[in-house]
Amino acid sequence: MALAFDEFGRPFIILREQDQKTRLRGIDAQKANIAAGKAVARILRSSLGPKGMDKMLQGPDGDVTITNDGAAILEQMDVDNQIAKLMVELSRSQDYEIGDGTTGVVVMAGALLEQAERQLDRGIHPIRVAEGYEMASRVAVEHLERISQKFEFDVDNFEPLVKTCMTTLSSKIVNRCKRSLAEIAVKAVLAVADLERRDVNLDLIKVEGKVGGNLEDTELIYGILVDKDMSHPQMPKQIEDAHIAILTCPFEPPKPKTKHKVDIDTVEKFETLRKQEQQYFDEMVQKCKDVGATLVICQWGFDDEANHLLMHRNLPAVRWVGGVELELIAIATGGRIVPRFQELTPEKLGKAGMVREKSFGTTKERMLYIEHCANSKAVTIFIRGGNKMMIEETKRSIHDALCVARNLIRNKSIVYGGGAAEIACSLAVDAAADKYPGVEQYAIRAFAEALDSVPMALAENSGLQPIETLSAVKSQQLKENIPFYGIDCNDVGTNDMREQNVFETLIGKQQQILLATQVVKMILKIDDVISNSEY
Amino acid sequence: MPIDKIFKDDASEEKGERARMASFIGAMAVADLVKSTLGPKGMDKILQSTGRGHSVTVTNDGATILKSLHIDNPAAKVLVDISKVQDDEVGDGTTSVVVLAGELLREAEKLVTSKIHPMTIIAGYRMAAECAREALLKRVMDNKENAEKFRSDLMKIAMTTLCSKILSQDKEHFAEMAVDAIFRLKGSTNLESIQIIKKPGGSLRDSFLDEGFILDKKIGIGQPKRIENAKILVANTAMDTDKVKIYGARVRVDSMTKVAEIEGAEKEKMKDKVNKILAHGINCFVNRQLIYNFPEELFADAGVLAIEHADFEGIERLGLVTGGEIASTFDNPESVKLGHCKLIEEIMIGEDKLIHFSGVAMGQACSIVLRGASHHVLDEAERSLHDALCVLSQTVNDSRVLLGGGWPEMVMAKEVDELARKTAGKKSHAIEAFSRALVAIPTTIADNAGLDSAELVAQLRAKHHNEGCNAGIDVISGAVGDMEERGIYEAFKVKQAVLLSATEAAEMILRVDEIITCAPRRREDRM
Repeated sequence: MALAFDEFGRPFIILREQDQKTRLRGIDAQKANIAAGKAVARILRSSLGPKGMDKMLQGPDGDVTITNDGAAILEQMDVDNQIAKLMVELSRSQDYEIGDGTTGVVVMAGALLEQAERQLDRGIHPIRVAEGYEMASRVAVEHLERISQKFEFDVDNFEPLVKTCMTTLSSKIVNRCKRSLAEIAVKAVLAVADLERRDVNLDLIKVEGKVGGNLEDTELIYGILVDKDMSHPQMPKQIEDAHIAILTCPFEPPKPKTKHKVDIDTVEKFETLRKQEQQYFDEMVQKCKDVGATLVICQWGFDDEANHLLMHRNLPAVRWVGGVELELIAIATGGRIVPRFQELTPEKLGKAGMVREKSFGTTKERMLYIEHCANSKAVTIFIRGGNKMMIEETKRSIHDALCVARNLIRNKSIVYGGGAAEIACSLAVDAAADKYPGVEQYAIRAFAEALDSVPMALAENSGLQPIETLSAVKSQQLKENIPFYGIDCNDVGTNDMREQNVFETLIGKQQQILLATQVVKMILKIDDVISNSEY
Repeated sequence: MPIDKIFKDDASEEKGERARMASFIGAMAVADLVKSTLGPKGMDKILQSTGRGHSVTVTNDGATILKSLHIDNPAAKVLVDISKVQDDEVGDGTTSVVVLAGELLREAEKLVTSKIHPMTIIAGYRMAAECAREALLKRVMDNKENAEKFRSDLMKIAMTTLCSKILSQDKEHFAEMAVDAIFRLKGSTNLESIQIIKKPGGSLRDSFLDEGFILDKKIGIGQPKRIENAKILVANTAMDTDKVKIYGARVRVDSMTKVAEIEGAEKEKMKDKVNKILAHGINCFVNRQLIYNFPEELFADAGVLAIEHADFEGIERLGLVTGGEIASTFDNPESVKLGHCKLIEEIMIGEDKLIHFSGVAMGQACSIVLRGASHHVLDEAERSLHDALCVLSQTVNDSRVLLGGGWPEMVMAKEVDELARKTAGKKSHAIEAFSRALVAIPTTIADNAGLDSAELVAQLRAKHHNEGCNAGIDVISGAVGDMEERGIYEAFKVKQAVLLSATEAAEMILRVDEIITCAPRRREDRM
């Protein structure tokens, strides 16, 4: 193939091979790709479920991350293989779309690939396998829709939401206080949720962490937390009923964008300039004072003189506040971000019931709490924990919980966790397989078997006999025709996931199946891998 | 079938047992490293930096030792991190936390080899830690109401902290100093306002706490060396020829005379500024930035003491002690709050001249002057004193105290043992292991003091079988003694932090079943 002949019989080279490129073709390429995909899935397999283990990742600079979150593991893993990169992408897109189930989706894709390999060995063409998977996934998704249940909750009764979040958190290291964290996450989401439009803007929830204390001290603040302190050490540390001016202009003499020079050639000019400069500072501070501000939050720095003037006029100020935080503050306090002093008006000020500075630990660490805001649409989750890695992991876990709560608000349907949904789908797909004439039938059956691998991994990680447990649960589901039976990972004594309160969101599960199928299809369709050989 | 490498070239992956092994060994190695510094008879370590100058540090402080280690093992990094956090959060117990976490992992390793799943161990450890915390809470003492007793509690805590350090010879002296300093803070935990000045020379015993404030600066030439009833203006302003801050301004002249004129105007401006400052009616001016010769001369003429280039903390502290505000503009002298003090004078400590502010209005800040034979001694003394101050400041806020000398560990171990007996299932092995790990701390203390640890710990355990016993290891006499009589106290907050963060760290390491190491970032070798 690399060598072709033109109409005169002269050879010419299409692809330069030999020492520069390596090339895999046909069935070899598919097998190699499948092996790579499986290898990635195998790494994540042991992290699945409440008894899943963590992974320790050492980054290129020697920094250590310990996590259980599939997306985070893959993100930090230094993968080189193209197919492995596809798997990383897969878990990332699950993370962006849904936020949870990032491990599950990779394990699922790995199982699908494994089954596909077997079909290839039988001599079934990869495209037929891919098509069979496509059909099967459609069946599975429809079945999920059927077995899903509507979940009723409102602002006063958010218990069901808390329970779903707890399912997510129970697989993380923070499961020690999953109850309180789940409550925090749900309250935070409800605080910012737009229940009319069924939408939640997670950007309004700020997750801030500080090393020290313990996990139980984690709190939800109805307001904003800024990792800054007052610009002058002698400014008041606590302001009640604050009127906040939010500025994006520095307390410095103006700098026109156009290039200019102010020439000083006489003493008089020198004097006037000096006067003018002083006047600038004075006016700036006076302007803030005039509109009735009692706190100034500024994106830029202050000149020493301005700083003192502010202090002198009893106007506390915070400098170097980041852009994102500034926006959050503006949203929370109902103020407007003012880019120029001239545009300051009383209406543009934000209002907060209480602003206070709090110090932590023995080192000089202070943070600014802005609470009781006019518009409580922005909240902060403040995480404390024993060490840096713990905080990072808690942040990831909270993120997952927030996403789950958001998904539930968007779509109230849930399915049962603990592998129950997968087993139910597997049964449905298996039953549907017989109806399809043609080679796809085998692929559909393979899909059903791949679905079983998720509950199997769950059982394995929990120290149960995987095959025994799975077959027991499967027959139970089939006999009683109830899709609630799953794997009893926590050794509670019942397989009924309704009793154990293990829920997952419907869209999360559906998305998992769809995404995994898509990636597997993509991998199966590759029949030629051309890569630059090692340097 | 060739399975392609998934990872990049230098990246490595360790799985299952091997990963667990690697992290256990790494963590235990770190714990063993600092183990010998634990307790009043703990030994010090010499740390030599690889940087230029090969500077040497001699220390006993766990956090300092671990901070300076170059560690490659990720699990060991977790331990280093918890000790750092312990240092930031409560200041003391940095060694204990690492030793306890190490012991917990050592016990866990034994359990893992006897085929108990890490998750079961974690569940057991969690129950045990909760139970141990309850046990401590039951036995805490709180003397917040009784001011005198509270002070003596603080004294005892300070002495207990200091006795494992280089300052143990003069621990009473230093404990007194630390407690005095903390009481001046009036409940704030901002240790910035306690200034520690190190001056080599003399002996440790010559160190003292100064009621007033000492600034490590010299007085300008020709200015008064002693001012009574000083009115101080604390400022942060540029005292060179003030630049025009308007952007793009520059001087452009066409003749020499104009240059001279403008120079004159500049000088005039400076003079103006000095006059404005003088209009405040002050006789001492402290600036954070430099004061150039010309204004200095003007100040000298006016008989005002001008101190330049005080660092930022110095200025803040000075503001705190004298009650003045830090000023940058000088247009309305009536409304600027000035600082006051009875006396400013130049004093000599060793060979250096320092400026001493005494009789200050608000005593929120103070200075501790440390004297000692060498820089190493002083550095270590500073670290020790810092530990003591941290613990004290935390205790002022959370006034619960416990006995020391291995007493809390024995109390916890006893309760945890009880729990193990009551718990059914495999978890009870883990709970038992937790109690063994707790006992390892008094054992290490005794071992480090060269005592027969097995004998002593057995005696201690027997004594603790009785309710309400105060027995602990008395390292000085080498026997089991009553800790309350000996006055060995520890802060509850420290012990609790040790317990919780050690358990948390052990749990984190136990949960790992795979270590993936990325290829180290390539750096250009500068060697």
